[in-house]
Amino acid sequence: MAVNVTVTSPTAARPWARFGVRRLGRLLVSLWVLVTASFAMIHLIPGDPVRGALGPTAPMDLVEARRHALGLDDPLVTQYLHYLEGLLTGDLGTSISSQLPVSDIVAQRLPATLSLAVLAFLAAVVVAIPLGVAMGVLTRRGHGRRTELAFTTTSVVVATVPDFLIGVALIYVFGIRLEWFPVAGNETASAYLLPVFSLAIGPAAILARIVRVEMVGVLEADFVRTARAKRLPARTVYLGHALPNAVTAALTLGGLLLSAMVAGTVLVENVFAWPGLGSTIVQSILTKDYPVVQAIVLVYGVGVLVTNLVVDIALALLDPRSTIRED
Amino acid sequence: MSELRFEDVTVRYGRTTAVDGVSLTVPEGEVVGLVGESGSGKSTLARAAVGLAPLAGGRITLGGAPVPTRGRPRPLQMVFQDPYSSLDPRMTAGESVTEAMPPGGSRAGRRAEVERLLELVHLDPVCAGSVPSRLSGGQRQRVALARALAARPRVIIADEITSALDVSVQGAVLNLVRELQRELGLTILFISHNLAVVRYVASHVAVLRNGRVVEQGPADRVLTEPSHDYTRALLAAVPGRPTPRSQ
Amino acid sequence: MQGRWSRVVRTPLGLTATALVVLVLALACLGPVLWGTGADAVNTDDILALPSAEHWAGTDNLGRDILLRSLVAARPSILLALVAIVISVVIGLLLGAAPFVLGRRTGRLVSAAVNIAVAFPGILLALFFAVVFGAGATGAVLAIGLSGAPAFARLTQTLVAGIAARDYVAAARIAGVGRFRVLFRHVLPNIAEPLVVNATIGAGSALLSFTGLSFLGLGVQSPSYDWGRLLYDGIGAIYVNAAAALAPGAAVLLAGLAFNLFGESVAKGLGIPAGFGLRALATTRAAAVPEPAVHGEEDHEPSDDVVLDVRDLEVTFPGPTGPVRLVRGVSFEVRRGEAVGVVGESGSGKSLTALAITRLVADHGRVDAARLDLLGHDLLAPDTAVRRRLLGTSLAMVFQDPMTSFNPTRRIGAQLAEVATHHQGKTRREAMARAVDRLAAVRIPDAEARARQYPHEFSGGMRQRAMIGMGLMGKPALIVADEPTTALDVTVQQQVLDLLAAIREADDVALVLISHDVTVVGEVCDRVLVMYAGRVVEDLPAAGLATAAQHPYTRALVEAVPDMATDLTRPLATIPGRPVGPADAPPGCAYADRCPLADARCRAEDPPLVATEGRHRVACWHPGEPVRPTEDLFETVESL
Repeated sequence: MAVNVTVTSPTAARPWARFGVRRLGRLLVSLWVLVTASFAMIHLIPGDPVRGALGPTAPMDLVEARRHALGLDDPLVTQYLHYLEGLLTGDLGTSISSQLPVSDIVAQRLPATLSLAVLAFLAAVVVAIPLGVAMGVLTRRGHGRRTELAFTTTSVVVATVPDFLIGVALIYVFGIRLEWFPVAGNETASAYLLPVFSLAIGPAAILARIVRVEMVGVLEADFVRTARAKRLPARTVYLGHALPNAVTAALTLGGLLLSAMVAGTVLVENVFAWPGLGSTIVQSILTKDYPVVQAIVLVYGVGVLVTNLVVDIALALLDPRSTIRED
Repeated sequence: MSELRFEDVTVRYGRTTAVDGVSLTVPEGEVVGLVGESGSGKSTLARAAVGLAPLAGGRITLGGAPVPTRGRPRPLQMVFQDPYSSLDPRMTAGESVTEAMPPGGSRAGRRAEVERLLELVHLDPVCAGSVPSRLSGGQRQRVALARALAARPRVIIADEITSALDVSVQGAVLNLVRELQRELGLTILFISHNLAVVRYVASHVAVLRNGRVVEQGPADRVLTEPSHDYTRALLAAVPGRPTPRSQ
Repeated sequence: MQGRWSRVVRTPLGLTATALVVLVLALACLGPVLWGTGADAVNTDDILALPSAEHWAGTDNLGRDILLRSLVAARPSILLALVAIVISVVIGLLLGAAPFVLGRRTGRLVSAAVNIAVAFPGILLALFFAVVFGAGATGAVLAIGLSGAPAFARLTQTLVAGIAARDYVAAARIAGVGRFRVLFRHVLPNIAEPLVVNATIGAGSALLSFTGLSFLGLGVQSPSYDWGRLLYDGIGAIYVNAAAALAPGAAVLLAGLAFNLFGESVAKGLGIPAGFGLRALATTRAAAVPEPAVHGEEDHEPSDDVVLDVRDLEVTFPGPTGPVRLVRGVSFEVRRGEAVGVVGESGSGKSLTALAITRLVADHGRVDAARLDLLGHDLLAPDTAVRRRLLGTSLAMVFQDPMTSFNPTRRIGAQLAEVATHHQGKTRREAMARAVDRLAAVRIPDAEARARQYPHEFSGGMRQRAMIGMGLMGKPALIVADEPTTALDVTVQQQVLDLLAAIREADDVALVLISHDVTVVGEVCDRVLVMYAGRVVEDLPAAGLATAAQHPYTRALVEAVPDMATDLTRPLATIPGRPVGPADAPPGCAYADRCPLADARCRAEDPPLVATEGRHRVACWHPGEPVRPTEDLFETVESL
């Protein structure tokens, strides 16, 4: 399917602009909400964050000094503006416990998380979509009742098992019993296998299931009947007509899954001692190192928003019914 | 007293103008047929009258006073097109009809009223205890009519009420409409895309196109000697011409 | 309603799921009662022991039995999960239903806020709230509860919007019922079922999320313990005693599965009608041979210019209690250039007949006929490439709904060109040129530009014309049109019918026109087949519809439709009762219950379709008999 957007007149450009403005506006608002929420997060905590981080036995003047250094004595609005300013210049604050700049910590840990999330997403999509399509064809109306039952039950079961439980089970089987793969850290390539699998399998099951349902629905559609009426070969009907229409719905959900997967790294990283943002944020919450927590929440949030934006754009390009496309 | 009047009514949905400066009078005790194709604005006009669509301009009056769009009593009632969506699937026919009744009165009184209304629309009062899934399309439309009558309206708006019914059932509902109008002296705004049906029930006809009235007047005049080209085109397009189309 | 819920339990999946849920809930109630003291028993002599007869899952670092602790942990885990889901549902309901009762502007604000919150995955929100409320059970419950609320709010919003669009809600508001009353009486009861199902599945998710938080150390804190906490302890000891992690892991899994599967099977059970299990499969395969259809004996010479020859067509579908014959022995023929109309109401089987003769009936339906020939080719023979080409080029189909009959993601021109590239061996360019030519032939202005457009850029009437154009890519001998103009405005209908007439005249193309509209069929066609309950009851020339119809149904049908010459002083003729579906057809004549001429013979014996004069055929024991005075056709009281 050639994606060819030819702007033939000034008025044709306007739908693009309208969509762009609308979407960008939504992104900016969401971004602002995210930033404000991460700022508010700290200030909603009852009690003194610095005292909490340094412990009850720390001397008073140390606590005072640290408070002053972090700017916590200033009025709220000033702190907020300072915070925004810091974000725009890339200054995410300093870790309370380690005194290192948070941006350094984030930069160091981000690649591990990113590689994990992206690989898991690709793995899920590559497996789930063809599987879902094939299942959809096999279980179209009047066919494969047993197959449908088996597939649905299996996918529900697989999707129910949480990623960290799968991780624990895999550690037991492959790490302890069989010793085939490393179960901690990301030193070698083979270290990716178990974490990626744990992260991807649940979303893959959900995605396959949804693609199947969409495919079955699309195969009932009037235009598929038209394609059959034209006596096109089955392959053309399934791949040329049904598939593109099933994919658009699957894409929306794929986007949601990717966001969920981004956050799923939190748990999986903790199981596999993966040196990424996920393990860091949990540590930081437990040690009450709030600037780090704030920054990582922000990073995750931005990741989710960007993913949604990409999905929306991809959808708009693939589905000619949106206001963007005009030839 | 029960004259329904649309004065230069305009209704907008977002950027589109669905109804553009429509002026129309439904005289008391008469049936006015509102005819138009899709996009003509006839349903929108109806919705504006009952308060479901906001007016962007003009006014709608009943007996000179603005039509109340909040609270009770509501002298303007409506019967909808789709018999499968016009009744709450979880309420019995009797409950649906009772809900529309003015408040007050005893339980026994309300029950008696439900029976009276169902008989008025030629339904066995036993139907009062049935849920819609047990009733046919024609029966559901009658319940919807009974519900509209329960509110003691002065005007009823019938929005394509027979379009979704089987042909063999349509006639019964149309007969009923005529009968009720005669017996109760109802003022009715009858919306339909079907000219033959409108001709059968209405004494006056208004033709809508793209949100504007292109012609209105007594039914026998408009439908036999139309003065507007569009009306002529509509009449010419009605199937059932004496001369066959091909060969 | 009771029936539907009990049907859920009857499927094997539903039964298993219900049993599991009951088990899990029983465990939550009774666990601490039965094993509480045992689970807390500390034994410092036997710490970190491996599984043994005495301790099936071994012991932890204080010598406590892990299995017992896993069983006892059921209560806090389930309880906390349930509290969390209740929080999610309540807040979600409030936020989701709010736009309905608030004004338009406030409602939109709430919607926008929910949409923004929904974009963030639950665990992120949970972490956010975990930071605010601090590590611990209370914080975790609030965190999970609040993080699940946006999803429920969005779901509620969608459901409420769907119901709010229904006419009965509008009717209640027009009657003066206040917004809140409408919400509680009409909206909430009608969204209860999907909400409950999702809440059940949500309970499963809440349980798993909660376990996740505890596993991270942010949930339940020592000395209390839930499954997540046990996992947290267990994974530390996994190299020594794997069962320390596997036991609570298995417990969580089972509980989560119980809730999810239960929710799934309830959803399935309430959505799909009963009986479509293996039982129904067996019935269709070994379907009893249907009784031979009563068909007319007519001998006329099959002529050379017969385009379509149908004899004893039957279409059978599987039903809840066995196979159902929806078309019961239809026979007719269509000659070159002839227009045959098929008229009938709902349940008459007319659309299925059209699908059957064009071999488009869905796979799970069965089509049988003594003869089904198109241009001499047997359509019942197995599908081959030759036959596909024949059908693709000599037969044109026009369907009812122009909005959905084209693939929305491909351009119109490409969809037309497909026919030529697949069946006529043309190159893409040649095919596209032919497509443009055909679009022009069906009077679509600016055909070349239009060919590059998508279906949603065409109006309904233009789409139907494009559909006809698609059928003209080959050289069709027959056009089968199933309610082609029902969804169109009357002036557009005129154009489409005129177009069909022009095509027929130009190329001597035959037409089978299916419609519920007698007047359209009467105007367009040469002959009319009247169908009722899956059978043809009359086959007559169109010119004779008003004057020479012999079957009481045909006559009643013609009289019941008002036209521009109907007598305004008399009530409209009606037909009492309602159309009978073929599944409910009685042994005798299906129309007997509604027929003023019916007698005992009619109810017992089904009349065959026989010729009365020329090609006029009727299936009636009293054809042409005068009906009693028309007053009797009027309906008095309609009962169930």
